[in-house]
Amino acid sequence: MPVSLLMTREDLARVRETVRKGLDPEQVSVSICAGTGCRACGAMEIAEAFHRELGQEGLEGKIPVRTTGCHGFCERGPLVVIRPSGILYVNLKPKDAAEVVSETLVNGRSVPRLLYKDPGTGERTERMDDVPFYAKQMRVVSRLCGIVDPSRIGDYIAEGGYEQAARCLTTMTPDEVIDAVTRAGLRGRGGGGFPTGKKWRTCRNAPGEPKYAICNADEGDPGAFMDRSLLEANPHAVVEGMIIGSYAIGATKGYVYVRNEYPLALRMVSGAIEQARQHGLLGENILGSGHSFDIRVNRGGGAFVCGESTALMASIEGRVGEPRAKYVHTVEAGLYNRPTTLNNVETWANVPLIFERGVEWYTSIGTEGSKGTKIFSLVGNINNTGLIEVPMGITLREVLFDIGGGVPKGKRAKAVQTGGPSGGALIAAGNGESKSGSLLDVPVDFDSLTEAGSMMGSGGMIVMDDDTCMVDVARYFMNFLKEESCGKCSPCREGIRNMLVILERICAGEGREGDVELLEEISDTVIDTSLCALGGTAPNPVLSTLRYFRNEYDAHIRDRKCPAGVCTALVELSIDADRCNGCGLCAKACPENCITGELKKPHAIDRAACVKCMGCYDACRNGAVLRT
Amino acid sequence: MTVDLDALLQEHPDSEAMIGLLQDLQEEEGYVPREALEQISTRLGIPLVRLYGLATFYRAFSLVPRGRHTVTCCMGTACHVRGAPRVVQALERDLAIKAGDTTPDLAVSLETVNCVGACALGPLILIDGRYHGGMTPTKAQRLVQRLRGGGGAGEPTDDA
Repeated sequence: MPVSLLMTREDLARVRETVRKGLDPEQVSVSICAGTGCRACGAMEIAEAFHRELGQEGLEGKIPVRTTGCHGFCERGPLVVIRPSGILYVNLKPKDAAEVVSETLVNGRSVPRLLYKDPGTGERTERMDDVPFYAKQMRVVSRLCGIVDPSRIGDYIAEGGYEQAARCLTTMTPDEVIDAVTRAGLRGRGGGGFPTGKKWRTCRNAPGEPKYAICNADEGDPGAFMDRSLLEANPHAVVEGMIIGSYAIGATKGYVYVRNEYPLALRMVSGAIEQARQHGLLGENILGSGHSFDIRVNRGGGAFVCGESTALMASIEGRVGEPRAKYVHTVEAGLYNRPTTLNNVETWANVPLIFERGVEWYTSIGTEGSKGTKIFSLVGNINNTGLIEVPMGITLREVLFDIGGGVPKGKRAKAVQTGGPSGGALIAAGNGESKSGSLLDVPVDFDSLTEAGSMMGSGGMIVMDDDTCMVDVARYFMNFLKEESCGKCSPCREGIRNMLVILERICAGEGREGDVELLEEISDTVIDTSLCALGGTAPNPVLSTLRYFRNEYDAHIRDRKCPAGVCTALVELSIDADRCNGCGLCAKACPENCITGELKKPHAIDRAACVKCMGCYDACRNGAVLRT
Repeated sequence: MTVDLDALLQEHPDSEAMIGLLQDLQEEEGYVPREALEQISTRLGIPLVRLYGLATFYRAFSLVPRGRHTVTCCMGTACHVRGAPRVVQALERDLAIKAGDTTPDLAVSLETVNCVGACALGPLILIDGRYHGGMTPTKAQRLVQRLRGGGGAGEPTDDA
């Protein structure tokens, strides 16, 4: 599409009509998921193969091949969707392109062997919307992810993009905009859940010029990649949200602070901003409204603490990312001591949706205190790893078993961890059928999760099976937080370090009576006296595992046993002679050559030489290697 | 030092851009050389200690030269519960260095990262920026051995 400077809302409408006219709803097209996950599995090679095959069929140029952002179903990537029929192909390889072109694109038939196959029933599903992973979701914020090409602003405009920004800027007052966001009940999706409308109002009323609007894309929680995928798949929605927000609060400058570990998201959002600027959707006097706003992209330096608002702002200013005490809020004195509104990627992406569908529609989704949907990255020991968008209030049971497809290898879900290092692990015992003692029926919303001892967090949802040691998980998070504590205040710096010392001692089989009580005591101090939320929430992984899995701590400390067989100091490996068929795979896998035995006869491990690397345990196909 | 400091300084003229400047420097040189920090300090009138503070605070920077190849192990929670620690331990044993260090012949740097958000592939490692999913200690060792043998790591794998 040629670049045209849009001077008015009518210009935007004209461009939209032109782009739409060029689009035939019956036009067959190929959408290839090119999110980070699918790219890693060769999505770009598949795109090349499609171009090649279409060329050979003389269809190059007649059937568009789009590389889009994340479709969400990472487990089965690379994914390809044929539109308008909606056929979904999973786990595609470049060599499959020929068959898809000749069968589906030329003859209009699907290729059964490439369709989604239910792991339980073996049944194939043709259409994307019918695949159970998608059927239970409510994809509204991520509606366009996988449909638009993120590198083309025209795709977004054709879908009605930037119309809400245009409407807000030209027909509504800033107060009306804030009022709508407030009534919609939008709460911060970064984890805090602070009411967005209230934040905007305070910022608008705060004295000081210029004001700033910041998008926090420093997604630091391990196991969470919602924000990355949104920025990769539909960056314009975030830009549009920021334009609306900047108008509401009166900000003239904006920043997107992106993790440097997300090169693709960085490229997509930078490109989107550049295109929006070329079209006059960013810059001076946007669409003749009199409102001016522009956005700059900052790359993060790989510090988890920079997800904290004051630390992030320090980092944008080019300083070390240390938080400050927030007796004066950042909405009043934030970046360069000016009123600043900082919202998370997903929060900004929700804003255009509220105006497009209306407050009434928006508030009809979710629970009393949590409106709308939430995007989660469902990961860990789960069959359908991926990105899901669900209405607030859905139960963990539905997420884990209906959408997630349960736990692999017939194991049981033991815990679900939400909220990243600031959150907690919730007990989820069972395979979906038993109800006793489990929190599977907790509604997933801000308040219910907090009540259960975890938190919503930014949306990482990590499923852990029976082979996961909860003491080790607590140790893992404390180690993470020790590395990431900025060191400015002593409760966080010293408290976390000492909690880690105790947890390491417990995992090494040297736990002492009273260690649990000591952990609880230090936790109280760290929570009460830390400067920022990193320290204030740091003990959560320990406290929540203590609350739900105290028996595992006791087993480590009193019985010197790791029930899950993870803590190597407490594990002995041996070979069950009855189950061993003498195939020798274990001996081959052993780095210390300490497994001996004749072929086809039971093998044995020399325990004195064993380094407990678990290579043999993983290699054995008969379950003959025992962890005790 | 091969980097063109003039060009970098032109692109990042103000103190707000210091982190971006160091990032570009790190990218081009593979690390942040002391002499570069000293020159930037003199030319922009920024105290050296401030630059040093930035370079040591943020994980993205290294003050020592890195290896020709970088092997990065994802340590995210999803990778952790799928066995990432054992992958790292195996590589540490093989390369005879600890995560964060570089082999004495400057061939390989072994690094860890908090999460790269490709959890479906976990546990995964990145070799010179390319993703290799579904790692086991043995698979990772084989890939890295191939790397030291002179060739690249080959095609990315997705056999998760």
